[in-house]
Amino acid sequence: MEFNISPLGDHGAIIDLGKTIDEASHERVKQVTAFLNDKPFDWLIEYIPAFTTVALFYDPVKVMEQKDKSFALPYEIVRTTIEKELPKLGVGEKKQGRVVEIPVCYGGDLGPDLTQVARHNDLTEEEVIELHTAGDYLVYMIGFAPGFPYIGGMKEEIATPRKEEPRLSIPAGSVGIAGSQTGVYPIETPGGWQLIGQTPVRLFKPDQEPPSLLHAGDKVVFKAISRSEFDAYKEEQS
Amino acid sequence: MIKVLKPGLLTSVQDLGRTGYQTYGVIASGVMDPAAHRIANLLVGNREGAATLEITLSGPVLEFQEDALISLCGGDLSATIGSKQVKPWRPVYVKKGSELRFGQAKEGCRVYLAVAGGFHVPEVMESKSTYLRAGLGGFHGRALKEGDELAAQELSEAAAKIQSFLQKQAGGESFISMDWHVASEFIPVFKEEQPVRVIKGRQYELFKKESQEAFFFEPYQIGSKSDRMGYRLEGPKLQLDKEQEMISEAVGFGTIQVPSNGQPIILLADRQTTGGYPKIGQVASVDIPVVAQLKPGEKARFQEISLEKAQQLYLEREKSIQQLAQGIRLKLKEEVR
Repeated sequence: MEFNISPLGDHGAIIDLGKTIDEASHERVKQVTAFLNDKPFDWLIEYIPAFTTVALFYDPVKVMEQKDKSFALPYEIVRTTIEKELPKLGVGEKKQGRVVEIPVCYGGDLGPDLTQVARHNDLTEEEVIELHTAGDYLVYMIGFAPGFPYIGGMKEEIATPRKEEPRLSIPAGSVGIAGSQTGVYPIETPGGWQLIGQTPVRLFKPDQEPPSLLHAGDKVVFKAISRSEFDAYKEEQS
Repeated sequence: MIKVLKPGLLTSVQDLGRTGYQTYGVIASGVMDPAAHRIANLLVGNREGAATLEITLSGPVLEFQEDALISLCGGDLSATIGSKQVKPWRPVYVKKGSELRFGQAKEGCRVYLAVAGGFHVPEVMESKSTYLRAGLGGFHGRALKEGDELAAQELSEAAAKIQSFLQKQAGGESFISMDWHVASEFIPVFKEEQPVRVIKGRQYELFKKESQEAFFFEPYQIGSKSDRMGYRLEGPKLQLDKEQEMISEAVGFGTIQVPSNGQPIILLADRQTTGGYPKIGQVASVDIPVVAQLKPGEKARFQEISLEKAQQLYLEREKSIQQLAQGIRLKLKEEVR
């Protein structure tokens, strides 16, 4: 496995595992994440996987408690340890991720920008929905906000630039498009994505372990549902 | 119980943050000034990570409905009980019925109120910190409001002894402070154009030469839209040598990122987990408390520090906090003997 490691401040490091957002980089990120998830070092505080990188945060005091003190600097100890361990990971077989279905009620007041996305791409609203539900979606990473998935694999035919003026508040569950990305807002936040629909499913559940419905590596299927199905689902949840 | 008579500008329950959940995009939160928070806890016999109240700029009015052992560490927000100043950086006994008020923010931006035992709120994802934007953790997921009542957890045996010792000393006064305080090396010094030590960031080299120089030579002002998520800085515009799209990656406490308008942002306690802007620098951990105490309108001057030096200072500071903890424990034992 090829990688590069560099410091992120005085108690963090970033492992670079690729230069482009693609499934190969993603597989390497998954492997490193799985390795770190087994808590192999007692100085490891936590890690944050992204598209092509995994960041790790460490406790410099604990690093210095290690037996091998041939380097004076905690970062050097962390770097050499990672450089020794990662090549052992090998290529491993590709594990099949989970498939998570996300029901979406498209358009209307739940998806106020569906018309705009259709107009921008010279399509009908129905065609936008058809193309959005037909994507081959992969969750590359969770970041930005609690449970927010960065999803790759949307059809270019429905790509639409962000709104010029971001909305001050976007309801939780909103499904949006920004450029050639699609995503779902897990909590109410400001944001500039074009909103094409809403899911009644909760993506962020602070009282559950793990708190995020989606994980990096999941495949996602968007399924169109009617307004009455949406309301029934909401009812069921509350 | 402590009753909130007036909430102040922004008073919230915080601890050292929500660790281990950033992989799910969960914001770490926690105190802005970890050093002041940790020391405040040590002074009342708590563990360093117990929940404290983070009080911002314009403080609250709090009514103590029972006797308490407290401490105030961080900025000077003019704390008083009755007409008398409550001195910071030391243990203070407060009698039932007293009202603690805050006035003008003389120096610094935030003060931490620790109470012996620590504030009692439920843990969410292993932390008592409030994440305001998601309404999560802390006291009902929000900043304190008028009428809220906060409970403290049971205090340690040592703290109970100190409290009853001071209670006797108080002789009916509404509060009494220990006559000693934390050594001055732990107490922040406030300066105009506050120096802040910064390690070069991962994308530092991608910036124009002039921008690299300006960043380390010119002062930056803390903008009015600064909050717990980040400080928006105003100063010379920082530009990349050539425009390029970055792939989003993790950020940390103190990461200085530069969005396309060229005005840097220091990411702080409520920072997002990942970001797509180039990182010009990273505030050295030992100077995070310095940044946390800067008020909007004040200025910072960034000074370059090597990773080696920053890590050395980190280890030295941890050592001296451990020594301080030891010292406080001994001192508290001595007092009641």
